[in-house]
Amino acid sequence: MTADEAVTAAPAAPAAPPPTVSRGGRAALWSGVGSAAAIAVFAYLPFMLYTGTTQTLVTFFTLVAMASMWNLLAGYAGLVSVGQQAYVGLGAYAVLQFSDWGVQPFVGVALAAVACAVIAVPTSLLAFRLRGDYFAVGTWVIAEVYHLAIAQDNSLGAGSGEALTTLSGFSPVMREAITYWVGLAVAAASIAACYLLLRGRLGLALTAVRDDETAAHAAGVAVTRAKRAAYLVAAAGCGAAGGMLLVSQLNVAPDSIFSVQWTAYMIFITVIGGIGTIEGPVLGAAVFTVIQQLFSSSGVWYLILLGAMAVAAAVWLPRGLWGLVRSRTSLSLFPVGYTVRGLTNGRGS
Amino acid sequence: MIWVDAVVQGLLLGGLYALFACGLSLMFGVMRIVNLAHGDFAVLAAYLAYSAATATALGTLGATLLVVPLFAVFGYFVQRGLIQRALATGPLATLLATFGLSVIIENALQQGYSADTKALNPGSLVSASLRVGSDISVSWLALITFALAVVVLSALQLFLRRTRTGRMLRAAADDPGAAALAGADTRHIYGIAAGLAFGTVALAGLMFAMRSSFDPTIGPTQLLFAFEAVVIGGLGSLWGTLAGGMVLGLAQDLGGQWNPAYALLAGHVVFLAVLAFRPQGLFPARRIA
Repeated sequence: MTADEAVTAAPAAPAAPPPTVSRGGRAALWSGVGSAAAIAVFAYLPFMLYTGTTQTLVTFFTLVAMASMWNLLAGYAGLVSVGQQAYVGLGAYAVLQFSDWGVQPFVGVALAAVACAVIAVPTSLLAFRLRGDYFAVGTWVIAEVYHLAIAQDNSLGAGSGEALTTLSGFSPVMREAITYWVGLAVAAASIAACYLLLRGRLGLALTAVRDDETAAHAAGVAVTRAKRAAYLVAAAGCGAAGGMLLVSQLNVAPDSIFSVQWTAYMIFITVIGGIGTIEGPVLGAAVFTVIQQLFSSSGVWYLILLGAMAVAAAVWLPRGLWGLVRSRTSLSLFPVGYTVRGLTNGRGS
Repeated sequence: MIWVDAVVQGLLLGGLYALFACGLSLMFGVMRIVNLAHGDFAVLAAYLAYSAATATALGTLGATLLVVPLFAVFGYFVQRGLIQRALATGPLATLLATFGLSVIIENALQQGYSADTKALNPGSLVSASLRVGSDISVSWLALITFALAVVVLSALQLFLRRTRTGRMLRAAADDPGAAALAGADTRHIYGIAAGLAFGTVALAGLMFAMRSSFDPTIGPTQLLFAFEAVVIGGLGSLWGTLAGGMVLGLAQDLGGQWNPAYALLAGHVVFLAVLAFRPQGLFPARRIA
């Protein structure tokens, strides 16, 4: 139900005050203030913490960025991709290539995002020929093609990979602090991009497509263009995250950077946290990081545990942990939908 | 003559891919879902057979006769217990749940059997081969795999065409609501489709395991090959899937003949070319099965 319909559908009782349509309102203001405060606190942390902790947080930021992008694809555009590792890998290799051409790697992270969005244009032409479940496997094949092609490139270290050496000018402390801040910026930009995009025309188009693709198409929504826009943004975000992986780990090998495990992480985080909400991937990434830290000493059991949690969440708790929070508190930190208040019998959404 | 040999080997390899693919095709045809753990179930079957063959006196043939029916039953219950519930939740849930299963199986096998490669010994078949002319030799194992693929596809085709359950399967594929109205228990039928898919993928996994060594991580690759065979052949056509598998096997073997590093890439490129220029597949069917 759109906001307009909700308003006209309200019964014309003369005594009742007219219903109001709002988007977030005070809660959104507070969450804006809260986000700014959280970013400020996070930004100050490198002055207080040991490097082990900041490295964990850099990983956390990277996961937040990746999962937010996968959530934009699957949760809003209805595109379940199992091939986002393509852009993680291409992003990392783009930073490496730009660095060989003399671009400062931290600047390279931003350029990697742009490069991935550009590569995503022709890729989407192929991938969008497949729909639904077949799109999922098709993107996986395409990621393998990029993986195998990069592994053939001798100038990028071929199969054994290459190290990023152009950051050696920094002292280790300074390098880690800047890496941390760039990571924070990538995560914050990913969340902000999702929020702003979904509040705008694209969000409205994607919501219409999600609810009924045929009806949206009939109503004049450019369905494919909306989906492609989401796909390009997700490619850019995953590219920046891949670039972050390179500048924090300082080396890259095709088998690990193009591994489907990155998409597995994105999926687990989003599904556990809550697919189709902006808050979900952030919450999920926090849960993921805690479980990974707790169980990382006992081999791959944490992956089995997270996989089981994701299967259970997908089947029995499709709105994830954030869905639980929201159903209890109706809290929405990043409201992208409209709320209708003051209806005598209806309920807004 | 090396090239002729590569062509023959590649075409025979297609039989294995078709064996992998027919379960995928069946589940998509009937339930409209792709089981992302398809390849990992094949690997799981291979490990079970490995354990059965090494721990008991069954031998590889006995283990195969044990594991394949076991997997068919297992598939029925996976469908009824998990996938059916995911289907009821929504279109995303089946993909997410089966992808989760894929990661769980791969890592559980890694914990249980370590990451070392294993091999299933097919006995004297591994060395025996049929010589044709002076330069072409075809292993009996590859021939048997191809023959098995043809037999399985024919049996599936006959089952879908001629039996009452097969007709109900096709009815449920066309319109589950109407099939249910006409008295078909769609959940049971979906279970049967999954059982057939799991049985065939277990067989494919075992034939693969006899052909080359395996480790817990190879599942996704087999899923991708099976998927490529289905798309190259044309959706919804079982014999198209066999042809698609043969095209894929041919591309990989010829690519590998050119440069071993290009084998996988050549297969993927053929798949992408089909997707770009003939998205309905090389041998499309108008309807499922």
